[in-house]
Amino acid sequence: MPGKEDHTERILGVLLRAGAMAAAAVVLAGGIWYMAKFGTLPPHYRTFRGEPQDLRSVAGIWHGVLHGQPRSLIQFGLLLLIATPIARVVFSVIAFALERDKLYFALTLAVLSVLVWSLSGMGYAPH
Amino acid sequence: MMNSLEFSLAVGLFGAVAGFLGALTGLGGGVVMTPVLTLLFGIDIRYAIGATLVSVIATSSGAASAFLKEGFSNIRIGMFLEIATTLGAVAGAFLATRIPTSAVGVILGVVLLYSALISTRPKPDQHADATANPLAERLRLNSTYPTPHGWQPYRVQHVKTGFGLMFGAGAVSGLLGIGSGALKVLAMDHAMRIPFKVSTSTSNFMIGVTAAASAGVYLHRGYIDPVLAMPVMLGVSIGSLFGARHLSGADTRVLRILFGLVIGVLALEMIYNGLKGKI
Repeated sequence: MPGKEDHTERILGVLLRAGAMAAAAVVLAGGIWYMAKFGTLPPHYRTFRGEPQDLRSVAGIWHGVLHGQPRSLIQFGLLLLIATPIARVVFSVIAFALERDKLYFALTLAVLSVLVWSLSGMGYAPH
Repeated sequence: MMNSLEFSLAVGLFGAVAGFLGALTGLGGGVVMTPVLTLLFGIDIRYAIGATLVSVIATSSGAASAFLKEGFSNIRIGMFLEIATTLGAVAGAFLATRIPTSAVGVILGVVLLYSALISTRPKPDQHADATANPLAERLRLNSTYPTPHGWQPYRVQHVKTGFGLMFGAGAVSGLLGIGSGALKVLAMDHAMRIPFKVSTSTSNFMIGVTAAASAGVYLHRGYIDPVLAMPVMLGVSIGSLFGARHLSGADTRVLRILFGLVIGVLALEMIYNGLKGKI
């Protein structure tokens, strides 16, 4: 196994774990905040109502964080978590480009395109 | 009736156990989390799927560095197959919002039963007779992995079949909000003849990317409730970190059988409830 590839993989592993840790810390902070405020309320997941609009989009979640909503802070942590594997793919695209590996540059770029297309919310109605 | 705090602690505890066993057996914590949330906690399956999907990403990212340190994952195989799994995941997530929840429940039960069977089956690990596959050569998928006897080379087989199966695994992942670890291992271990430890850790590597592909759809649909996802994600992450640490050298045979039995029982209950229209 070539040393360079090994090195790239190790960085990827560290990157992924750091992302997951940061996300978990934000989620935990939001969770503690929420529980301190509303922990004694009963949970309500038996019937599906769907989340409110401000918890469904990046802009809405950010808006909620700025307005001191604990639920929005947890959701922001979850967004960070969703971003970690995407960051990994971005990192791989760059790594393959630097290695001048055209085949894997193209394959990784294809994966990234599918991810961006899906997360942009295109191709389906918002409600 | 539990309040939100007690409820979250209980969910987190179940998440930790599921994450630990999931990482150790390579099936992923997600495979039991959705049925546990629906059957034990009485949560609507859509919220359960949304929360589990998020925990699946956490499992994959959190365990990645532990797996990478072992030198088992094959990044080329992962990247190549991710094209199939991400496309499948988007297709599956679209489908999920269009079919009745009882059908989702039954399909989940069937996939769980299948996972239970796979988890109890012994692993064939020697593929010394493998011949060269031209596509695997061209994609440079063949590599080596560490064994007690030093670095062993392996040759990847049936690349096209594996790619097709991975599209299916991605679709199941998107439809049910699980990592589909068992289906991924099936494609890599059985079809492509990749050594078990390589397929397990490469599959872990891919699961987060696959789940991220369907997460956007679920988020926009309002399936991801932050207060429910919080304990599921934290619990499963902590459990899977410990599980991944115990991966190498551990004899997981007994655990696999036990976990398989638990999954089997949950599966039958999911199918029964789905058919009764209770989901």
